[in-house]
Amino acid sequence: MSTATASAAWELPSRGKVGMFSLFASEAAIFVIFIVAYLFYAGKSISGPTASVLHAPVLLTVCLLASSLTIHRAVAALRRGDVGAFAGFWVATIVLGAVFLGGTALEWRHLIREEGLTIRTNLLGTTYYSLVGLHAFHVTVGVLAMATVALLTAGGHVKREHAARVDLLSLYWHFVDVVWIAVFLVVYVAGR
Amino acid sequence: MATTDVGWIDAPAKRRPLVDRLHGWVTTVDHKRLGILYVSYGLLFLVIGGIEATILRLQLVRPHNGFVSPQVFNQMFTMHGTTMIFFVAMPLVFGFANYLVPLMIGARDMAFPRLNAFSFWLTAFSGLFLYFSFVGGFGLYGAGTAPDVGWFAYAPLTSKTFSPGHSTDYWTLALLVSGFGSIGTAVNIVATVVSMRCPGMTLGKMPLLVWLNLVMAGLVILAVSPLTAAQLMLLVDRYLGGHFFDTQAGGSAVLWMHFFWVFGHPEVYVLVLPAFAFASEIIPVFSRKAMFGYPVMVAATVAIGFISMSVWAHHMFTVGMTSAGNTFFVLTTMAIAVPTGIKIFNWLATMWGGKIYFKAPMLFCIAFLFQFLLAGLTGVMLSSAPFDWQLGNSYFVVAHFHYVIVGGILFCIFAAFYYWYPKVTGRMYSEALARVHFVLFVIGFHLTFDSMHVPGLLGMPRRIYTYEPGRGWDTWNFVVTVGVAFQAVGVLAFVFNLVLSYVRGRPAGNDPWDAWTLEWSTTSPPPEYNFASVPVVKSRRPLWDLKHPEDPDWKYE
Repeated sequence: MSTATASAAWELPSRGKVGMFSLFASEAAIFVIFIVAYLFYAGKSISGPTASVLHAPVLLTVCLLASSLTIHRAVAALRRGDVGAFAGFWVATIVLGAVFLGGTALEWRHLIREEGLTIRTNLLGTTYYSLVGLHAFHVTVGVLAMATVALLTAGGHVKREHAARVDLLSLYWHFVDVVWIAVFLVVYVAGR
Repeated sequence: MATTDVGWIDAPAKRRPLVDRLHGWVTTVDHKRLGILYVSYGLLFLVIGGIEATILRLQLVRPHNGFVSPQVFNQMFTMHGTTMIFFVAMPLVFGFANYLVPLMIGARDMAFPRLNAFSFWLTAFSGLFLYFSFVGGFGLYGAGTAPDVGWFAYAPLTSKTFSPGHSTDYWTLALLVSGFGSIGTAVNIVATVVSMRCPGMTLGKMPLLVWLNLVMAGLVILAVSPLTAAQLMLLVDRYLGGHFFDTQAGGSAVLWMHFFWVFGHPEVYVLVLPAFAFASEIIPVFSRKAMFGYPVMVAATVAIGFISMSVWAHHMFTVGMTSAGNTFFVLTTMAIAVPTGIKIFNWLATMWGGKIYFKAPMLFCIAFLFQFLLAGLTGVMLSSAPFDWQLGNSYFVVAHFHYVIVGGILFCIFAAFYYWYPKVTGRMYSEALARVHFVLFVIGFHLTFDSMHVPGLLGMPRRIYTYEPGRGWDTWNFVVTVGVAFQAVGVLAFVFNLVLSYVRGRPAGNDPWDAWTLEWSTTSPPPEYNFASVPVVKSRRPLWDLKHPEDPDWKYE
């Protein structure tokens, strides 16, 4: 119980990463409950449109998955201290995320206007909009957080030493991507 | 040298004005202050929830009683259950974890101090929000209506059709917000334990309290999140016209039960693991022996954590599941008794051959051992599906889980209050008053909850606001209510002791119990920075090593 002398080799995991992964565990549990509800009610609507009105948004999925790559390149650039490349890849990630959200909005518009499927139409509408909407909400949070970092970068406040913090945000973005793969498989592959 | 008037830095400063001090409490991010806020908040709601329980028992003291209307009775049992779980037990558990975990691992603070404060205030405001329903909620019975759907709020009772107005929304939103607070604190505890330990404190050298709170936080993350998801679905149903739990549109009421109990049963372990944690710190110190079977205790804790995620549907035997489902949940429920039993034997083995000091913390822990064993045994009885078909939703079940929560968890929380009171306040509590509290509470507890089993066996269902005379329930119900008076006076003695000792208690010193974990190495109360220099530990009992350099623990571990 003396002062730290033999503590040179005492390394523990970064608290930011541990906190982030704990948050993922919690988010994963929330999504699992929504996915269970979706699968449990698949094909059980007693009126209204069926799952055949849903069309897999392949292009949007490619955009979202590609954004994982760009954010990875962005963080790698910041680690090297290349702020210019970081800003470029970072904005590209935001654009790809925004395209995904815009595409989802158009898809919903089509479903509501042409197919007559709203959240109150039947079980499909309730479970579909809740699950996809919950994911889209997470994408929105990610885009807003990344936009904040982009503004800070424009002001010249983001430097090499912030790479570890920016990396935490990129972890969140990868997580949102992984959730989308699960949602995609459930809604557009297993659920039809 | 000119003699200017500089004054001593550590001279007794003038007491700052009250507004300043209150402002300090509101804006604090110090884990110790937040811990005290959590615990005070829990105690306040303990009194409120206790008053609600007293109203329930006064209504049931004799057949055909008219103390409150059936409507008020429904509100009281809903608010009593919701309050006691979410606004008493959880804040108390988090408060102790907040206060003790950083001190025990030799850290300066939690991993995320601001998240910590944010989580506390979420919990605090969600409790106020729930109670605002008494004034601002309107439901089936008009203005000022508290939620009345029961603490597990089964569908379709919670739909707009059967719960018009806003009282159910107060319930849903309060639990949603307090859930966010709980998840935030749990994330914080995990990050603190994993990333903030002082040099030398490997996982195998952490105090058991820290281990148990780590598993507790993991369970909160995995169990409270499903509740959050279910509340979101209920909000979609109530506000956006969704059909998740709408049986008219093909929705399933049973799905809500599954979602609720996926949270509800691990929640029991969220509350009982910290109780185990207190017992695991207190029993060794007052037996003057190191904890027996430390690795097995850790393994049993982790096993309980895992198994507790797979037992939820034993709350649903009477709903009618498939025989495969019934068998699975019978077996998992019986299996969880095994690691729990291991723990009881380890505590007994710690006491065996020890030099036992019967101080208030130890008295409460010993009562806990007996009572928790009995609670576990009625749990094994109820885990058998055919037995549960007979007694599900009866007062036998109510007696069983109050035996766990009061006889097990609350007794350990009282033990923890007395054990750490000198550390938190710097003053010793009154042992005589603590004994009065103990005796009254043991008498009251057994009068109330032993007797409560019998009307259950005789067929009295839970949640009825009155009953017919001549069914053999009358005397038992009378005795149950008499026990409440003893418990209430006991709690008064407890609160009186806390307040009086804060003013008049003798100074406790740093280490009044001659204990072995790091929190006793700093001053009482600890300074804002906890430790002047970062401690380095070499064994599970760093203070033992310090006090006995000739025979340190690390030689044997």
